[in-house]
Parts: sequence; C-alpha cells; structure tokens
Amino acid sequence: MSSRKTYVRPKYWNEPEMGWYEKAYLFEVVRGLAITGGVFLRNMAKWMTGRKGALTSYYPEETRPDYAIHNRGKHVLTQRPDGRPQCVACNMCATVCPAQVIEIDAAFDPDDPTHPKYPSRFEIDYSRCVFCGLCVEACPEDAIRMVKETPDFPGPDRDHMWAAKEELLNWQPAKDVAKPYPVPGATPTGGGQ
Amino acid sequence: MQDLSISIVYIVYAMGLLLTFGAILTWVERKQGAIMADRIGANRAYLRIPFTQVKLIWLGLFHGMADGLKLLLKEDFKPVAYDELAYSLGVWAAFVPVMLVFAVIPFGGTLDPGRLFPGLAGWFAGRTYAMQIAPIDAGLLIVFAFSGISIIGAMLAGWSSNNKFSLLGALRAGSQLISYELVMGLTVLGLILIFGSVNLMTIVQRQSGTVLGFLPAWGVFYQPLAAILFLTAAVAEGKRIPFDLPEAESELISGYFTEYSAMKQGMFMLGEFIEIAIIAALFVTLFLGGYNLPWMSDAGFALPGGHVVAMSHGAVVVTQIVTFLVKIFLLCSFQILVRWTLPRFRWDQLLGFAWKFLLPVSVFNLVVTAVAVWALA
Repeated sequence: MSSRKTYVRPKYWNEPEMGWYEKAYLFEVVRGLAITGGVFLRNMAKWMTGRKGALTSYYPEETRPDYAIHNRGKHVLTQRPDGRPQCVACNMCATVCPAQVIEIDAAFDPDDPTHPKYPSRFEIDYSRCVFCGLCVEACPEDAIRMVKETPDFPGPDRDHMWAAKEELLNWQPAKDVAKPYPVPGATPTGGGQ
Repeated sequence: MQDLSISIVYIVYAMGLLLTFGAILTWVERKQGAIMADRIGANRAYLRIPFTQVKLIWLGLFHGMADGLKLLLKEDFKPVAYDELAYSLGVWAAFVPVMLVFAVIPFGGTLDPGRLFPGLAGWFAGRTYAMQIAPIDAGLLIVFAFSGISIIGAMLAGWSSNNKFSLLGALRAGSQLISYELVMGLTVLGLILIFGSVNLMTIVQRQSGTVLGFLPAWGVFYQPLAAILFLTAAVAEGKRIPFDLPEAESELISGYFTEYSAMKQGMFMLGEFIEIAIIAALFVTLFLGGYNLPWMSDAGFALPGGHVVAMSHGAVVVTQIVTFLVKIFLLCSFQILVRWTLPRFRWDQLLGFAWKFLLPVSVFNLVVTAVAVWALA
C-alpha cells in the first residue's frame, strides 16, 4: 500500500473556462489577427495621410509637451539683477553631489565688493547626473535650481554631455517670486545690489 | 546558347529577388511590428552624402545595411570543441536549399524574347520560354525534397556545435519540421487531385479563368481548408513565431545556431527571412493563382460583360511579374502580422497541434476532395 497521494491540481476561483469556440483555437487566432491588423491599418492610414501614427515621440527632435511642472529635468543658475550669477562658488553643491558631476572653479572679482567670489567655471556632466536635486537642497544662495525642461544633450560620446556656465545661465523666467529679474536684453548696471 | 542566356537572366533575377526580399523583410519586420505596436521603429541609421551634411534616413531603410556590415566585421567566434566539417556545412545546408526551392516556382507566364526585343527576333527564331528557372514535371516533389534538406542543416548545426542548447534546438527542429512537412504534403495532395499535376507551371495555368463565372479559379477557392492548413504548416516549416520552438530565445538562447557568430549567424537569419518569401511564393503559386490576375490571359484582360482590353506582350509580362511580386509581398506581410500577434506554443502543444489536429483535419480534407473529384469526374 502506497502512502503517495496523486497530485490534484487545485481549482482556482477564476479558473478560465474555455468553450469549444476557444478550444478550437482557429477562431481566436483570427480574432487576434483582426485586432492587430486593425491597429496596423489604422496607424498606417495615419502615417500615409501625414499624421503621426505612434504614441512614442522622436527624442530629442521632439519635446514632449506633457512634462510635469515639478519635473527635475535640468539645472539652471539664477542671476542677480545685473545678470551676474547668484553663485558664490562655495562648492557645497559639488560636495553634496552623490554622482560628483559638478565642477566649479572659484575666482575673485574686485569690482563687486559684496560678492567678491564668483565661479569662473561651473560645469555639470549630464552623462553621470542622477537628477536627485540635492545640489538645489544644499545651495545656501538659491543659486542653482532645477526646471522641467530636459537638457538637449544626446550625442555621440560623453564629452558632449557637459553643460557649461553660459548654458546654465540662459534661464530667463517670465517672473519669479523669489527675486527681481532684469528685462532680457537690458545692459548690466554693474556693482552690487 | 539562347536557352542558356535566358536561363542566366532568370537565375540572376531570382537570386536578386530573393536576396532583396531577405534584406527588405528585415526592415519590414521591424517597421510593421513597430506600427502594429503604436511605435515608430528603427529610424536612426543614415547614409551621409559625402562632403555634405545631408543625411539620408529613408524611414530607417539603412538599418539592414548597418546590420549586415556589423555581421561582416564581427569576430568569427568558434566554440573550442566542435566537428569542423559539420559545423561549416551546417550553415550552407540550411541556407542553400531554401534558395533552390525558387528554381521550380514560376514567376511569370510565357516569355517570347523575339516579340519583346524585335532586334533579337532572328536569333531566338520564335522560341518561347516559360518564366521558371527549372521547368521540371516533378516541381512540387522538388520543393518537398529541398525543404527536407534544410532539416539536415539545422541538425548538423545543432549537433556539431557541442552545446546542449544547440542540441536541444536541433532535436526540436528535427521533430517539428518532420511533423509539419507531413501536414504540408497531405494538404497539397488535395490540390494535386484537383489540378491533376505536380508541375507547378501546370498548376498555375489551371488557375487562370474563373469558377461559377465570378470567382477567380484560384486554389484557395477550391480548397479553403487546405489553404489555411498549408499556411499554418508552412509557417511552422519556416520556424517562425508561434512555431519558433527550435530557436526559442527565452529557453534555448537561439537554438541550433547558438554557437554561430558573425556572418554565419547572419546566414541563418537571412535564410530564415528568405524562407518567408519562399513560403509566400509557394502559397501564391498553389493557392492564389501565381502570376494570374482574374480575367487576365496572355492576350490581355477579358472582363465580364464582353469588354476586352488588349495588351502588348511586354505589358503582359511586366503585369504578370509585378502581380506575382505584389502577392508575395502581401503574404510576407501577413506572416509578419502573425509573428507579431501570436504567442509561442509550448513544446507538447506544438507536436500535439500537428499530430492531433492538423493531420486528421488534412486527411479529412483529402478524403472529401477525393470523393468530390471522383463524383464529379
């Protein structure tokens, strides 16, 4: 007498019940082909009539309009009313950065006695940046922020994925609650605040 | 001499056709799959016109070229222990028979070179040629013989690679191809009973004209069930999804050609894509009237209602060739639709489907056809 029990497969509450129609396979195959073929014809008709028949977008030629407002896409450096960078080259962002992508060279500006230290070089390596936003948290001067746009950097190699200071200073907000901004194109007045 | 030159023209045409189909189908497979899935598909490879910044992308058509170049330049890696002869023979034994099948498939009607090129009329002296490389009476048998050889290619490749995945893939390929070849043969037998010949040219010629006055006399209208079964078995012969068990990448890496690299692997892939075109050509020849259009004959169109559109010989030849190509292309596209729609079978389901479903149904179809032919004759 064997103590072994034969295995009985358990019945599940949502056990699929197939009738002869599904078991015949062929009809369901035809139904599946009709669905995918229909999608193909619909999308093909869109392409042929000059519309876009796909849900994906051509990155980077196309920018998606539906980024969230709070998307942390790329960094910007804020400016003083005279157009100079707010940054005082304290290196806090570079220190806190977990990916160590921020490189700052500090320099001395004798014309600006209130903020004599400024970054002569401020570069971010986007090939390694993890977009964590810790640099923004660390900045004591509100000099670095993140905006929802993405950097336009897809390139053939890593050396083309660095953002320089000039590029980061391009930010021209329409209005900013934190500080007054110069009218774009106005000449810098020089001196401090 | 005249026969030889015509044969060379045919062979060059057929080789060019098949290799072009092999190259184009890689692109069609990508793009059609992308469009079916609401995607855009591969579109980054480009050719830059020298000394300019003009980049030709052409909807990603050059990705096939980039792939081919990559395969040619890759290191030809070989496993340490293998049967050298069988290893190198395997590629060719899988690739060449696929190409040879096209030799017996008629890709057009009758060619009269003297009428096409009046300058050569004296040299050809009124000879006419069927547009078929090898006008052999046993055409259909040759098709089955060559698809039998391609099994040997898969088996050789799998056995000589000295790899368990390759061997499993080869065993699967062997059993699958033999099972489905049986079904393929049985479905075609009904057609042979109706058309009374295994010569593919005769079969195509019997499919011109109409049945019941309005249907074109194509095999698919005589044998609709056999057409479905044949297409199923032929897709299985081509080792395509949903029948791609011999190279199921989630289980066997890439089956019997796991240990092949660089252009050898490329030959297997190219052979597979050419086989899609061959299967389409075979299906068109047997079931969709080959180069025939409804109401078309060698003299032009004879539409119902007494309208006759006369066509010159050159126009007829071009129309027939283009008709055949368009039909093949639509069938290829249908196979790619199937490939992107259906999930893969389990191994026992695959063999069960062949032996328990397709085989009895095709025997049933054959018996009914035989009785009908006997009763009507």
